Amino acid sequence: MRGDASLPGPGMPDGAIRTTCPYCGVGCGVLATPDGRGGAAIAGDPAHSANLGRLCSKGSALGETLGLGSRVLHPLRRNATGGYDRVSWDFALDALADGLRTIIAKDGPEAVAFYLSGQLLTEDYYVANKLMKGFIGSPHVDTNSRLCMSSTVAGHKRVLGSDTVPGNYEDLDCADLIVLVGSNTAWCHPVLFRRMQQNRTQRGARIVVIDPRVTATAEDADMVLAIKPGSDSVLFAGLLLHLAANGLTDATYLAHHVSGYETALENARQIAPTIASVSERTGLQPVEIAAFYDLWGATPAVITAWSQGVNQSAQGTDKVAAILHCHLATGRIGRPGGGPFSLTGQPNAMGGREVGGLANMLAAHMGYSPVEIDRVGRFWHAPKMAQAEGLKAVAMMEAVAQRTIKALWVMATNPAVSLPHADQVRAALSGLDFFVVSENVLSNDTLSAKPHLILPAAAWGEKDGTVTNSERRISRQRAFLPLPGEVKPDWWIICEVARRLGFGAAFTYAGPDEIYAEHAALSAFENDGTRDFDIGAHESLSKRAYDALKPVQWPVPAGQPLGTARLFAQGGFFTADGRARMVPLAVPALAAATSEALPLLLNTGRIRDHWHTMTRTGLSPRLSAHASEPCVHVHPADATRFGLAEGGFARIANPFGAVVLKVALDPGLQVGSIFAPIHWSAETASHARIGAAVQPACDPFSGQPEMKATPSSVAPVAFASQGFVLSRGGFALPDGSWWAKLAVEGGEGRLFATDATPMELMESIRAAFGEDGLTEMIDLEGGVYRCAVLRDGRLEAALFVAPFGYAPLWDTVKRAFADTAALPENRLALLAGRSLDGSADPGPTVCACFGVGLNAIRAAFAGGAATPEEIGAQLKAGTNCGSCLPEIRRIGAQPPATVAA
Amino acid sequence: MAEPLIIVGKGMAATRLVDELSQRALGRYSIAVIGAEGRLAYNRVLLSPLLAGEIEEAEIELKPAAWWQGRGVSTFYGRCVREIDRAGKTVTLEGGLTLPYGKLVLATGSTPLKPPFPGGDLPGVATFRDTADVGMMRAYAERGARIVVIGGGLLGLEAAYGLSRAGGKVTLLHLVDRLMERQLDAEGAALLASAIRARGIQVRLNAATKGFVGTDKVEGVELADGAIIPADLVVIAIGVRPNVDLARAAGIAVNRGIIVDDGMVSDDDSIFAIGECAEHRGSVYGLVEPAYEQARVLATRLSDKPAAYEGSLLATNLKVSGVGVFSAGEFEAGEGAETVVLRDRVSGIYRKFVLREGRLAGCVLVGDTQGALFYLGLIRSGQDISAIRADLPFGEPYCIGRAA
Repeated sequence: MRGDASLPGPGMPDGAIRTTCPYCGVGCGVLATPDGRGGAAIAGDPAHSANLGRLCSKGSALGETLGLGSRVLHPLRRNATGGYDRVSWDFALDALADGLRTIIAKDGPEAVAFYLSGQLLTEDYYVANKLMKGFIGSPHVDTNSRLCMSSTVAGHKRVLGSDTVPGNYEDLDCADLIVLVGSNTAWCHPVLFRRMQQNRTQRGARIVVIDPRVTATAEDADMVLAIKPGSDSVLFAGLLLHLAANGLTDATYLAHHVSGYETALENARQIAPTIASVSERTGLQPVEIAAFYDLWGATPAVITAWSQGVNQSAQGTDKVAAILHCHLATGRIGRPGGGPFSLTGQPNAMGGREVGGLANMLAAHMGYSPVEIDRVGRFWHAPKMAQAEGLKAVAMMEAVAQRTIKALWVMATNPAVSLPHADQVRAALSGLDFFVVSENVLSNDTLSAKPHLILPAAAWGEKDGTVTNSERRISRQRAFLPLPGEVKPDWWIICEVARRLGFGAAFTYAGPDEIYAEHAALSAFENDGTRDFDIGAHESLSKRAYDALKPVQWPVPAGQPLGTARLFAQGGFFTADGRARMVPLAVPALAAATSEALPLLLNTGRIRDHWHTMTRTGLSPRLSAHASEPCVHVHPADATRFGLAEGGFARIANPFGAVVLKVALDPGLQVGSIFAPIHWSAETASHARIGAAVQPACDPFSGQPEMKATPSSVAPVAFASQGFVLSRGGFALPDGSWWAKLAVEGGEGRLFATDATPMELMESIRAAFGEDGLTEMIDLEGGVYRCAVLRDGRLEAALFVAPFGYAPLWDTVKRAFADTAALPENRLALLAGRSLDGSADPGPTVCACFGVGLNAIRAAFAGGAATPEEIGAQLKAGTNCGSCLPEIRRIGAQPPATVAA
Repeated sequence: MAEPLIIVGKGMAATRLVDELSQRALGRYSIAVIGAEGRLAYNRVLLSPLLAGEIEEAEIELKPAAWWQGRGVSTFYGRCVREIDRAGKTVTLEGGLTLPYGKLVLATGSTPLKPPFPGGDLPGVATFRDTADVGMMRAYAERGARIVVIGGGLLGLEAAYGLSRAGGKVTLLHLVDRLMERQLDAEGAALLASAIRARGIQVRLNAATKGFVGTDKVEGVELADGAIIPADLVVIAIGVRPNVDLARAAGIAVNRGIIVDDGMVSDDDSIFAIGECAEHRGSVYGLVEPAYEQARVLATRLSDKPAAYEGSLLATNLKVSGVGVFSAGEFEAGEGAETVVLRDRVSGIYRKFVLREGRLAGCVLVGDTQGALFYLGLIRSGQDISAIRADLPFGEPYCIGRAA
């Protein structure tokens, strides 16, 4: 796999391999240069059009995330005691096939489900989808993309007729106006945000940010519209009316390529009749709204881009439709610098959509019409085609909880953290009759639900295939590291199971290239331009050509190998009549309103330097240093109202669950809204599984849950003490403690708060690390305990605890933990927890009477003192008992080279 | 005409008094210093390093002969005072010389205690007080003699260390279960014991001396439990007794020491006492720092300026190379006290702070005495240290800027 993987090219380091980043949907090209020791140097690929050589903080730190320390390297089977035994692949695969076969025989194929991931490669996705929908005969394949952009998929399909992103990233370079809706682009798609900023700087493009939360993205914007949560579709319905009323629509485009315009206008008049009514529903000032409408209306080259603020909503599909309507009405679609643009969250969310990884899709952008079922069945030679849409993620987990789904295979995702009502999900998973997880890591919240089998899957850098980014660009993600241990690619695992289920003939692929070619062939099968997704040009791609495949935007139909930059500028929608269809929108409303008992809306999202549940970014000390603890962001007025203080703790609760987070005051929040990050799990924090406190209310079309507006209560939480612990291999804090774990240079750190007494902590750390090399500061009455374990000149562990509200600082200790050179000469100074900048370590005491240290005396000699008497005059050293005078004389006699600076 | 001022004693207190006086009232007094030892005044604190061979004898001298001459001081060395005639205001030296005084300062120091153990008169049973003792003890140590030091207090520890450094095979006996029990808590004392043992000295605690064995010279120490520890030399360092015989004979009020008021005046307003022979507010100090403070107060008073000595908070510094020990104030947390401890067994460091109502009441520093004077200052001032409590163990630089 490795041999042909790299294309030599200008400016490439020796041995570099072209691949793509495993994080967000921007899909940046990466040059990975393996170091031969399991690591790799990482650089942006200047030849990849998504990023042109740039990488964000997360991408740049990929090299820090390649260690095998947390990896699962062998198949594991759960034993009778709940532990895990290593088993052979043959055993594991037989057991997996037997497990599925048994349940299918007893409860039918619909009792079996796969839950997949936007981290899977297209080829992995393809064979999983094919096995389930064509051979097992169950439609229950869904993916974590359901949480990410399924409202966009549904919106695209409803309005455009197909799940097609019309434009590409170059549009961000040549747009005159970029409207970001519900997108903290600066943090979540940083490389694209830099392109937008560059456009703004160089071309004067304007940026408008529409978001209930004033984020980092808003800091560099021309207009910030801090909209009420859930009211986006009102704003855009009002825009549609504004465009119509001011003659800004493209009548020709509407006449030829769009249906339902009048209905949509009528609907807009219902929900957004006047600026005043828009103002009332969105909370924006009429003058702001008018300015935005004028700007949007007057700027033909306008991109409206959106992310999870639109998608993760009970009316996400309508929000997408409302945006699409405005672009359709003006014909501003598929034109350079103009169009609607979904910024996807995951590296291969779009690839998953292409193969049919979502429960409401069949395969290759085909759905469940009888014609499509028949077509796909014939192509696959499938014995048992699924006949109707399957269960979407939230409903799938409900079915698991109801025990109608009895067997579940999860691949490359952590639903026990990321799904709404996550505590119930975790409990439901552990009740499955047969539960299998393909994973990279040995431990996570989903694995804590105790699957019967854990299969070691290839990780980024090891797996080989394709991904599709937000602009429809298919890129090769190439392996640059060998498969460690007994790790296998997901496609191989799935095909081996298919073979054991008796479907071997349909799953005989020599490699991902053959899977991709079949996927391409299916996309072109009986297509003839009727379906957007057509990569027929690749259906007979050789392995060599596959390995050398350059990034290309689909459609790539036969005869058009260079792909397609934009669609729909001249209409040509993938509907029966070739027209896009405007649709009426529901009256905007949140899934659930706040109440006296649940007065705040809980918004969730990403932070800058972490990705999903941190299985990868959490390994990087650099990335962990930006936000080291899970915080709830609260507007200062709400903090006052609910008795919260910066740096304190708050319990956020609702009927679904509760979390306890550190409080960060953030005037960018709206009063009445709080924000919490999605990244922490039971692996990385004690009380920060935010999914547990997210409601499972879903959009009626997309099934995407409203994860950004769960009515919640908030209350301050106090502990007796606060502190931190650093260790090489981990330290278990007393039960009931609050903690957040993070990677630090050389090991792990935990910030904690606890009701355990310093005495209990002292006893438990002594038990954990022993007293060999132990240095301690003990002030039990003062609530203080600090210790450091120093062995062989290295800091092995440190724990500091102080009374609540006086959290000790850890930077100095962390530095010493990372680097023995940063250990103070005086070991005890480490327990001071800080260095004395500008006031040097006094060194060993020379004059005990006046407490004068060696360094001060050396410095005085260096500064011109010639005799002990002069030292005495300056420092008083030696002027009392005089017992140190001989030593002072000796110090003075030392050559100046030894004098400390 | 200069008033005659006689100082009996020529130790550290006397030398400091002359120094202070010469800075304040040069020419006001005609000063005579009378000392029993026949040599220039020296720094007794340095006897231990001298014993250990860490410094030369010349290095312990406090002031050179020229210094004394330069200040017009008459020196009578190797001469004891036989009596004081308070009515006639004279002192008479051994050998008959009688000197008049206007003011008389007694700085007679102290004498090592030597309890009447059986065999105590045997040759080879010694105490440790002056340079002559050092010479004798070094002679034993240098030939690798077996030496028993009795007394695990400050002086005994320094003697044991010095003798060991000089080549002796030293056993240190201590009556109770911990060294320096009047200055250290159990942990500090245990750490000190292990540091002492690490320097090749055998330490036996709970070792009560019953007597000395030997025929024409000492051959061993017999303990109360019957054990006999062979010894070529026994050094007794169990404490000192203030030298008050002269004062008592003169009818001056004496308790353990010569009783003085805050101006260092005895019950005879022409006679003063400073240093280890003086008893102030019930305390007799065996340390140099109170003596220096007393000398400063007395010099000020003798210069007709107001000054008062209000007692010293006892602070102890053990000066044994590499084993710093400092203790001041309360060293056990009694009722109502709290403790802050800093401990590093590997480096042999132990620091304990006793707090009372937000104030530092005492501290024990073993292994690293950095900041000792800072702590002593805090104990003396009684200021509230709540704001610097967490930084306290790390020394003054960490506390600066926090207290404000």
